[in-house]
Amino acid sequence: MKLIILENYSQASEWAAKYIRNRIVHFGPGPGRFFTLGLPTGLPRDHPESYHSFMWNNFFKHIDISPENVHILDGNAPDLQAECDAFEEKIKAAGGIELFVGGIGPDGHIAFNEPGSSLVSRTRVKTLAMDTILANARFFDGDLSKVPTMALTVGVGTVMDAREVMILITGAHKAFALYKAIEDGVNHMWTVSAFQQHPNTVFVCDEDATLELKVKTVKYFKGLMLVHNKLVEPLYSMKEMGAERSQSKKPYSD
Amino acid sequence: MPSNKSVSDAPIVQFTNCRILRGHQLLREDLWVREGKILNPEKLFFDEKGSADVQLDCKDSIITPGFIDVQINGGFGVDFSLATDDFKSGIDLVSQKILSHGVTSFCPTLVTSPPSVYHQVLPQISVKNGGAHGAGILGAHLEGPFISKEKKGAHPEHCLRTFEAGAFQDLLATYGSLDCVRIVTLAPEMRRSSEVIRELTKRGICVSLGHSVANLSQAEEAVQHGATFITHLFNAMLPFHHRDPGIVGLLTSDKIPTGRRVFYGMISDGIHTNPAALRIAHRAHPKGLVLVTDAIAGMGLAPGRHTLGQQVVEIDGLNTYIAGTKTLSGSVATMDTCVRHFQEATGCSVETALEAASLHPAQLLGIEHKKGTLNYDSDADFLMLNDNLYVQATYIAGKEVWRRDASGM
Repeated sequence: MKLIILENYSQASEWAAKYIRNRIVHFGPGPGRFFTLGLPTGLPRDHPESYHSFMWNNFFKHIDISPENVHILDGNAPDLQAECDAFEEKIKAAGGIELFVGGIGPDGHIAFNEPGSSLVSRTRVKTLAMDTILANARFFDGDLSKVPTMALTVGVGTVMDAREVMILITGAHKAFALYKAIEDGVNHMWTVSAFQQHPNTVFVCDEDATLELKVKTVKYFKGLMLVHNKLVEPLYSMKEMGAERSQSKKPYSD
Repeated sequence: MPSNKSVSDAPIVQFTNCRILRGHQLLREDLWVREGKILNPEKLFFDEKGSADVQLDCKDSIITPGFIDVQINGGFGVDFSLATDDFKSGIDLVSQKILSHGVTSFCPTLVTSPPSVYHQVLPQISVKNGGAHGAGILGAHLEGPFISKEKKGAHPEHCLRTFEAGAFQDLLATYGSLDCVRIVTLAPEMRRSSEVIRELTKRGICVSLGHSVANLSQAEEAVQHGATFITHLFNAMLPFHHRDPGIVGLLTSDKIPTGRRVFYGMISDGIHTNPAALRIAHRAHPKGLVLVTDAIAGMGLAPGRHTLGQQVVEIDGLNTYIAGTKTLSGSVATMDTCVRHFQEATGCSVETALEAASLHPAQLLGIEHKKGTLNYDSDADFLMLNDNLYVQATYIAGKEVWRRDASGM
């Protein structure tokens, strides 16, 4: 695991963005060679705050991605389990997830894999915990009865199959979950802890998120920042990489 | 990237690098257009899996809905109140020329005229969509002859009429046909005006109060019967008085039926209204302000003498008077000049100034579901402006119909 500690939310976001950019550039995507980015799923369609709107406004409309290359779990599909199974097939067909980027809930969940979710689970229908429903109430004018109680989600096992996992954690309210995720044991009550058994994980967080960690842990990883920053500096571009393909610089790995 | 064929084969144009007026704000968003309408890119992306066929860089322009002028008497030598042989080509000329002022829809206005003029001219005005040939025509605005003698302004006294004998039938006989009439300005203190207002409103015609000596209660009664507009506020009506605000009092009246809004036209050319008065009106009722030009035949031409219906008018700079008098008669301001002047005089936001010339007139005429905004599925009538609100290009139904060339013309 690499634990990257930045000062605040914006710096953490920027570091993560640069890392993802360098990863995509080094991968060298092209016709027929797709960089598959995995993201956790969210609310059902047909709502102004739906995941589709969120993803459109915050991501898709700013880039030139082709709509056929976007796969979002459809919460309105007639057969939900079939939808989930088909999603797993699509991941396989795309060559597997290269990089999965996700966050962590205050209860330590990854995607909607709430406490108690199997650590080998696949994409499926999941009932949401009360905590998650409360957290999402803000998207529904604070009306709890309007918040969906079920969601389609990638499983812990699905994410574990990704070649690399990046988890973003910011804010003091996530600090305890981060502690449980990396300093305690692997436990299905804190599903993010499953990534202790993944060969390639990056946790990017801000100072506040480290509040429940041992001082020793924080100092250790802060000490590694000089080395870890080589992953984001220099910042590569697709045009440069075309020329440098022969003398390609491999990203640093531990 | 090709557009998805399942919904439509029509090309999709994406206007990028611009700021668009949406939701009362200037947002840094792209504008998507297909088949003459504003397209929802999110639906296109997820439902149709489509993308743009053409991407146009707008060089950081402001994109605003096209301006709508609901009071324009003519321009470029054409007078809508004159029944000439080539009336049709006259109206075509004006509709083509005003594209450069940012007007994409308008209501050709006729001032008080003898019935023969209405009978000859009105059948030649038809509601039609705009395009490369010119701005769209929403219908005629008939200002008079049922107005007050005391407040006739530039209207010829011998043509004024009343409808106290036959009410609506008198009006119909005077005009001949109401088929393409969109707005009628009348004085509500005239006897039997309530019946007339009700009849006109029933037929979907917008009734406006103007050239009148009505007091506030008469004006409020007119609004209760259906009137929704005030023709050039302050001009040709009793001045505001603190014990009887007159028609001006409608801006803050508490007798307006719920769910209705009274709109008021303002000629913000710097001449018809003192900027301080403009500010008072705007602050009292910002959502009702509709910018109009009240432009006359001399607009766009050199100073000198021109006609306004039955009258002769003298133009000197921006001032237009009845020849030999100091009575204002229309203006020679262009719509974009009015927008700029309004913004400077009131210090309001760019968004507010632009909405006064687009959203508000559309709301007045009840067409804001397709004109006056850049909402999804609206008609793609819009303008590209620079930061100083000068029109750089005009689009109707998604097609460019005018562009400022390098020399600034």
